[in-house]
Amino acid sequence: MTHPGLVICEYCDSVYRRSALGDDEIARCGRCRAVLYRASRLDLDHLLALTLAAAIVFVIANVAPVIRIAVSGMHNEANLLQSIAALSHGSGLVVGLVAAATLFVVPLLQIVLLGWVLVFARARRRAPGFAFAMRWLHRIRPWSMTEVFLLGVLVAIVKLSGMLSVIAGPGTYATLILTGLITLIAKRDVRTLWDRLPADETVEFGE
Amino acid sequence: MTSAPRAAQLGLVGCHTCGLVSAVGQAQCPRCGARLHPRKPDSLARSWAFLVAALILYIPSNVLPVMYTSMLGRGETSTIVHGVVEFWKSGAWDIALLIFIASVAVPSTKFLVLATLLVSARRQSSWARLQRARLYRFIELIGYWSMLDVVVVALVCALVQFHLLGTAEPRAGIVFFGLVVVLTMFAAMSFDPRLIWDGDEE
Repeated sequence: MTHPGLVICEYCDSVYRRSALGDDEIARCGRCRAVLYRASRLDLDHLLALTLAAAIVFVIANVAPVIRIAVSGMHNEANLLQSIAALSHGSGLVVGLVAAATLFVVPLLQIVLLGWVLVFARARRRAPGFAFAMRWLHRIRPWSMTEVFLLGVLVAIVKLSGMLSVIAGPGTYATLILTGLITLIAKRDVRTLWDRLPADETVEFGE
Repeated sequence: MTSAPRAAQLGLVGCHTCGLVSAVGQAQCPRCGARLHPRKPDSLARSWAFLVAALILYIPSNVLPVMYTSMLGRGETSTIVHGVVEFWKSGAWDIALLIFIASVAVPSTKFLVLATLLVSARRQSSWARLQRARLYRFIELIGYWSMLDVVVVALVCALVQFHLLGTAEPRAGIVFFGLVVVLTMFAAMSFDPRLIWDGDEE
């Protein structure tokens, strides 16, 4: 038996009855003060539009150079994927894989899975493999680190500017926008899609 | 503090994956198919294991060099702390502080906080429950920023490739450091913050 009208605090197991929230209101747990759920101004169309934008910006952020350097007439530039490759040389392979997962694979999966779910959500139905996609969106969320890459780019620019001439490339600006978009679409409350899209006969567990 | 009942008192269980509330007794969440359990399985043992493993790897990650740089034929290796000192000396105290927080302060804080949470949860202590709950959410929020140094090393190594004039390569320290960050994240995820409040109903 299930109780869709109830909500359980995931940090302390307190049980509450759900109530409707006004704009920008946040429901907090009375016992541990954690966020239970929050009102979202973004409807499904907004989310889909932002996800498509994120997909385009993701490509730019990965292909375009993030930093260009020059010294004594020579110059060089690097993008995200080249940086991961440089880290993966020899004994660095393990940490290279961690970087590849957190900076490339996880953000890509977030965009793809969310895009898949939202395209079907526009037709008010759950996508094939909806449960699978939603479980994985929840599971990989803590491992999405685009914002850490952005801060790392800024630190690297300062670090290198002591000895070389350094400029931020278009990849840096794309990363900045991507950080904002991923925060909006996939950082919090992806789970509300469960409630926004009621089950029908197309639901499957995908396991 | 609050009169809200807890799930176990009502015979309810919340799905850890999709959040749906259902009655105890089912193996799988009827909505998303994830395994249902009132508490994360073996929370304390798993969390301790990840934490101890992270603590062991934290030593080589600080002792071993994270990067090798050569400029005009003169090569040198640098550790994480060395990098902070270099920034400080060159006058970039703000960047020095940033790297110090991400690479030294955040991992150390995570070790101390998680150990405190694990010990107090095992003893079912009623001490400072609200503060401990906030501490847990705090380390959950800041934990992954430690990956900063990994990103900086990756970028510098990708960019500084001028053969004789200057090159940069990653060294073993950064591998250990990356693993420390991953292990402390697993340690925090394995800990079940609901344990902090067990015994609060009485």
